[in-house]
Amino acid sequence: MAAPTFETPKFRDIPIVPVLMPQAMAASRPFVAAAPIQQALGFPGELVPDWEQKAIAKLGELLGKYRSLRVYLDACVHCGACTDKCHYFIGTQDPKNMPVARQDLLRSVYRRHFTVAGKLFPKLVGARDLTKELLDDWYTYFNQCSECRRCSVFCPYGIDTAEITMAAKEIMNSIGLGQKYTNEILGKVHRIGNNLGLPGPALEDTLLGLEEDIAADTGVEVKLPLDAKGAEVLLVTPSADFFSEPHVESLIGYAKVFHQAGISWTLSSHASEAGNFGMFVGNYEQMKKISLRVRQAALELGVKRIVVGECGHAWRVAYSFWNTLAGPWDFLDSRYPAPQHICEVTHDLIQRGALTLDKEANDHRIITFHDSCNVARASRMGGTPGGQFTIPREIIKSVANHFHDMHPDTIGEKTFCCGGGGGLLTDDLMELRVKGALPRMEALKQVVDEHKVNFMATICAICKAQFSKVLPYYGFDMSMVGGVHQLVSTAIRLGAKE
Amino acid sequence: MSALTLIYAGLFYAAAALLIGGLGYKIAQYARTPAPLKIPTTPAPTTAAGAALRVAREVALFESLFKANKWIWLFASLFHAALLMVLLRHLRYFLEPVPAWVAWIQPFGMYAGFGMVAGLGGLWARRFLVERIRYISTISDHLMLALLVAIAVSGLAMKYVSHTDIVAVKAFMLGLMVFDLQPLPADPNLLLHLALVAALMAVFPLSKLLHAPGIFFSPTRNQADTPREVRHLAPWAAELEKH
Ligand code: SF4
Ligand code: SF4
Repeated sequence: MAAPTFETPKFRDIPIVPVLMPQAMAASRPFVAAAPIQQALGFPGELVPDWEQKAIAKLGELLGKYRSLRVYLDACVHCGACTDKCHYFIGTQDPKNMPVARQDLLRSVYRRHFTVAGKLFPKLVGARDLTKELLDDWYTYFNQCSECRRCSVFCPYGIDTAEITMAAKEIMNSIGLGQKYTNEILGKVHRIGNNLGLPGPALEDTLLGLEEDIAADTGVEVKLPLDAKGAEVLLVTPSADFFSEPHVESLIGYAKVFHQAGISWTLSSHASEAGNFGMFVGNYEQMKKISLRVRQAALELGVKRIVVGECGHAWRVAYSFWNTLAGPWDFLDSRYPAPQHICEVTHDLIQRGALTLDKEANDHRIITFHDSCNVARASRMGGTPGGQFTIPREIIKSVANHFHDMHPDTIGEKTFCCGGGGGLLTDDLMELRVKGALPRMEALKQVVDEHKVNFMATICAICKAQFSKVLPYYGFDMSMVGGVHQLVSTAIRLGAKE
Repeated sequence: MSALTLIYAGLFYAAAALLIGGLGYKIAQYARTPAPLKIPTTPAPTTAAGAALRVAREVALFESLFKANKWIWLFASLFHAALLMVLLRHLRYFLEPVPAWVAWIQPFGMYAGFGMVAGLGGLWARRFLVERIRYISTISDHLMLALLVAIAVSGLAMKYVSHTDIVAVKAFMLGLMVFDLQPLPADPNLLLHLALVAALMAVFPLSKLLHAPGIFFSPTRNQADTPREVRHLAPWAAELEKH
């Protein structure tokens, strides 16, 4: 990759709201998807000639299908409460990255075509026709939203910019203006079964290699089964877990947990991907089709439980949407919620004393935890609200001695996105990714300075990949980031309970 | 019957029709539009009652706004609470006999008029002083504030500058409600006040004032967090199941 042509933002000594720099990120646009990528998904190959009418018609269709869109386009009062809440705004200072300004890119067109006021007095209410210039802004700035929902926490009406961004991406896809990175991956998951395009035999090789590694490390034969019929658990995990660093360390962790608990489990080559980019592009049918692969795999393998690995948006889709998209899950064991998060499984086993853990093994690590946006604000773990915050932290505290949370305004429901979510984890958006990470990096810096933190645990494949890449820009070591099950993997004593 | 009375009666009937018809239309539209996916902003309550309580807290306390920005929360709460008091106080012009509790809040309701102006002033000042809010403000945002301030000031003027014949005003209002027109006093302050209120009623369903019904229909706030427990399926999504 070429040397960056941008400057990494400076840490703000006092986290004041930055001043506006209009058009600062006007040039940040991801590559447009080529015709074959688009057509494989059933979208037009290139911008259709009558794109304006088609886009308005699509907006009309979505307004009838999604109450969120309908209500949110009407309800905003321009109060400004959300304006300083987006990590991309904080990092880039581009006013169009303020959540309300991002929404207004779509809202102005909605007003023009779907409201009386906008039809009669467009200037007065900020209504605009969808010109080529505005469409360009759509492509630029809806590809600068990671759909992290931080703004929705603070809006007095719960307006979720992610819903608006998803609608805008759906409209753009429908007129032939797709984003290369997300749409290429969608093609891969349909063709091959996972986002990385890793075919079955390669997957099998990888897993065998990992089994050898674990045996060499621990002297214990831990299996990573693939397509094992009759296993109790089907594990669906982001494909990055199969060979990206540090992701793979967590995969090893899951395997060790299942091994020690004596739970038979399997991966599936048909559903070798927990990620679901259908959500990022706001397409219900895509999201459903990808989710159905998991259902098919579960039925075919005859499993009793489905467990999802460390992946933020995948957990949102699994937890919040699978029942709708691919349910009902009545063929699974009714004693377990469907689906379950791997952290729920591990946490439960720890509570029951089923795992032998040596906390001291993690003593070289001083740990903090980065809440991933989709887990934090769009899902739950366990039986009580907020379990998605406590369960991973309790796991960490059970497997390690040194834990420090980051600033309260940057964790839990107020957590900052890593800067790479929502289908933006691509090299052609590097400047955006680096700048968008600023608020998280500032909070990390604080615990590094105060507590000498040297490890930031997280449970999301995108967070891990994004931080590995972005940490060095801020003077941190890329290996500072890792998974919660990486920590479990370090602490677990396999020989002890054989 | 004077032309003035006729004009104002017509104005109010038209404004009320627009308000009720428009709002009814929007509410029906919101209610009809399905929410196909479970999208509560979590952590969220796990029961319908809990979700209703969450919405109630948003409506009564502006809970999320409090998390977001203490200044906006302060001015917005001040304005809305004062507006509520003022509206309740105005019931005395529509009810005969005046219920005891309406009579009781009368003094608070009068000071609330100043609260309204102060809250609106704070919100308006932010539109000029805070760069980010200046950037997002449209002409209609300013006009809406101007309209509300003008209503409040013209109302206060009737109390503190030149009194209006409120007995006649009340007779006019009571008459309006039973389609029995009574003469309206030709006091410029009153006429201004009433015309502005009619304008506010008319633009309500056409403007951002839809935030009032909107909050009740916001899926991120009104949904219970139960996607694993209950299968949630919108009608159009159920259609897809058949293929
Ligand atoms: S959803 Fe996240 S990325 Fe998008 S506008 Fe809101 S805060 Fe920014
Ligand atoms: S906080 Fe909500 S109502 Fe206020 S400007 Fe932002 S989106 Fe609009």
